[in-house]
Amino acid sequence: MSKIQARFARLQSERRKALIPFITAGDPSPAATLPLMRALVDGGADIIELGVPFSDPMADGPTIQRASERALAAGMSLRRVLGIVSEFRQQDADTPIVLMGYANPIEAMGIERFVDDAAAAGVDGVLVVDYPPQESEAFAARLKAAAIDPIFLLAPTSTEQRMRDVGRFGSGYIYYVSLTGVTGAGHLDHGQVAARIPAIREAVGMPVGVGFGIRDAASAKRIGEIADAVVIGSRIIEEIERAGEADAPVRVRALIGDIREALDSLPQGTA
Amino acid sequence: MQMADASYTLPDEKGHFGPYGGIFVAETLIPALEELRLAYEACRVDPAFQAEFEYELKHYVGRPSPVYHAARWSRELGGAQIYLKREDLNHTGAHKVNNCIGQAMLARRMGKPRVIAETGAGQHGVATATVAARYGMECVVYMGSEDVRRQAANVYRMKLLGAEVVPVESGSKTLKDALNEAMRDWVTHIADTFYIIGTVAGPHPYPQMVRDFQCVIGRECIEQVPELTGRQPDYVIACVGGGSNAMGIFHPYIPYPDVRLIGVEAAGDGLDTGRHAASLSAGKPGVLHGNRTYLLQNEDGQIIETHSISAGLDYPGVGPEHAWLKDSGRAEYVGVTDDEALQAFHDLCRLEGIIPALESSHALAHAARLAPTLPNDRIILVNLSGRGDKDMHTVAEKSGIQF
Repeated sequence: MSKIQARFARLQSERRKALIPFITAGDPSPAATLPLMRALVDGGADIIELGVPFSDPMADGPTIQRASERALAAGMSLRRVLGIVSEFRQQDADTPIVLMGYANPIEAMGIERFVDDAAAAGVDGVLVVDYPPQESEAFAARLKAAAIDPIFLLAPTSTEQRMRDVGRFGSGYIYYVSLTGVTGAGHLDHGQVAARIPAIREAVGMPVGVGFGIRDAASAKRIGEIADAVVIGSRIIEEIERAGEADAPVRVRALIGDIREALDSLPQGTA
Repeated sequence: MQMADASYTLPDEKGHFGPYGGIFVAETLIPALEELRLAYEACRVDPAFQAEFEYELKHYVGRPSPVYHAARWSRELGGAQIYLKREDLNHTGAHKVNNCIGQAMLARRMGKPRVIAETGAGQHGVATATVAARYGMECVVYMGSEDVRRQAANVYRMKLLGAEVVPVESGSKTLKDALNEAMRDWVTHIADTFYIIGTVAGPHPYPQMVRDFQCVIGRECIEQVPELTGRQPDYVIACVGGGSNAMGIFHPYIPYPDVRLIGVEAAGDGLDTGRHAASLSAGKPGVLHGNRTYLLQNEDGQIIETHSISAGLDYPGVGPEHAWLKDSGRAEYVGVTDDEALQAFHDLCRLEGIIPALESSHALAHAARLAPTLPNDRIILVNLSGRGDKDMHTVAEKSGIQF
């Protein structure tokens, strides 16, 4: 059982929802990332999604693109992201880490080398935004062989066949992007999301995390009522932007703490 | 007469050209691409669609475009005979409109009232705005804010045609960023929006579809060149940014083994300076904008900024079929610098009375390099993909002239 699967099993037995925050590694500087990761854990994160910055983040909105641009300007690279994960692992052996990014930096490093180095650094899951299942069967198999969970996306527009493919190639959890659009978009149709989750969970046979459009404790709580995990990204990046590097860990910890509290206040056994 | 070999059938059903091409996009776009693929496959074999497309090309674009023997220029160069495929005479002044008509017709069939496009120099934006006006569709064009500044006349042209031009402030504020932004618009408005990609790149089926719509160029040449010369050309030369005019003229010639296909990339200040846009000559394979192809990138896999005097060639990737033609050896790819392109630009103006686009001037420059090394009876066919009216400002600036 992978670290991610173990975490979900434990949460399930406690009847709690997983909280999965996202930050971009190296934003606003490489030195800022470790303190922010600790703040996320202290605030109550179950899994950390660590964004690998890319020059052309097509599926992201302006907030995460800005974070990517700041990180790249500060000298961040995939190699350095793996270095940060290693360092984090020396202090925290338990919190699962999922790298989230785009295919090209991984292909530039070489897929075999990436998988080996990610496993050695202590990475638990990898989500490559522009690797849909039909283009990444071999990559997913290689990750699994290294005990890393390949995480895939599903969208409101995904077909049943698509869900079954993702269920076959992926493991760990499914990241359901709750609206068609880019990261950081505002509107979220709660009823529509709620209606889709049971069918998705059924088709993929693993926990379903919901992201895109989650802004605060209240919207996170509403998602927590229907999903197994709540993913929150752009809102945290905005908090880091507003706080500045020095104050960011304290402010992010408070934001995550509020969301954790809201999720834990859900009546036990929802969904 | 050489025998045509009809065994080339790429891409495969997943959109792959050997290891290149494919569908590398986020899950949110997958169903839209599948819908597009099915709609396109139906239109591809629908005689009514093809007949309407031909009618539009003839009556609205003005096809067939002529092939012209640049006799004076050829004599001056002293060697092979250079023939020009006059895509510059098309309505809107370039080959781009062929593809825009095809995709707009498809959008109408699919019931999508809104079209979006990305543009660099503005030619594809103008062609899209033109066709949108022609069919009564809402049109939004994304353009890097740096390009908006450099190409003010084309921005105004698009507005005259009723399009909304959205300046893109992210990244390097040029073509690749406009493409990112157009993809974001598409993913957000998938139900009513058709994304008209201007080149043979992007996720499947775009590289195949744009190629098919542009193949009219090469098909006409296969008829026209023998009418003028009694045989097919020895060389076919075209400039390559994303590569749509080159695929359009190359593809019908792929089965003719004696016809050498040469793509010309923008070598900018020179391939060794790092300031260029020659992805096939100086890049390496990777994944960007929905397909696997040659890319200009740094060692960490980040896409790097490109340079060319010609905005239409200023792109860090290239269509995946060109990547395949390069690896397979069926086509070869060379670089031409800004200065060489400018020289060819001026020569064609003065010797033939034709003002070529700076993009096409790259292809002309390589023809000028090649012709003197060949005997008089050899035939070089150059795709003159567009006219240079849009480039007056750039060329004047280079010559130290202000309007």
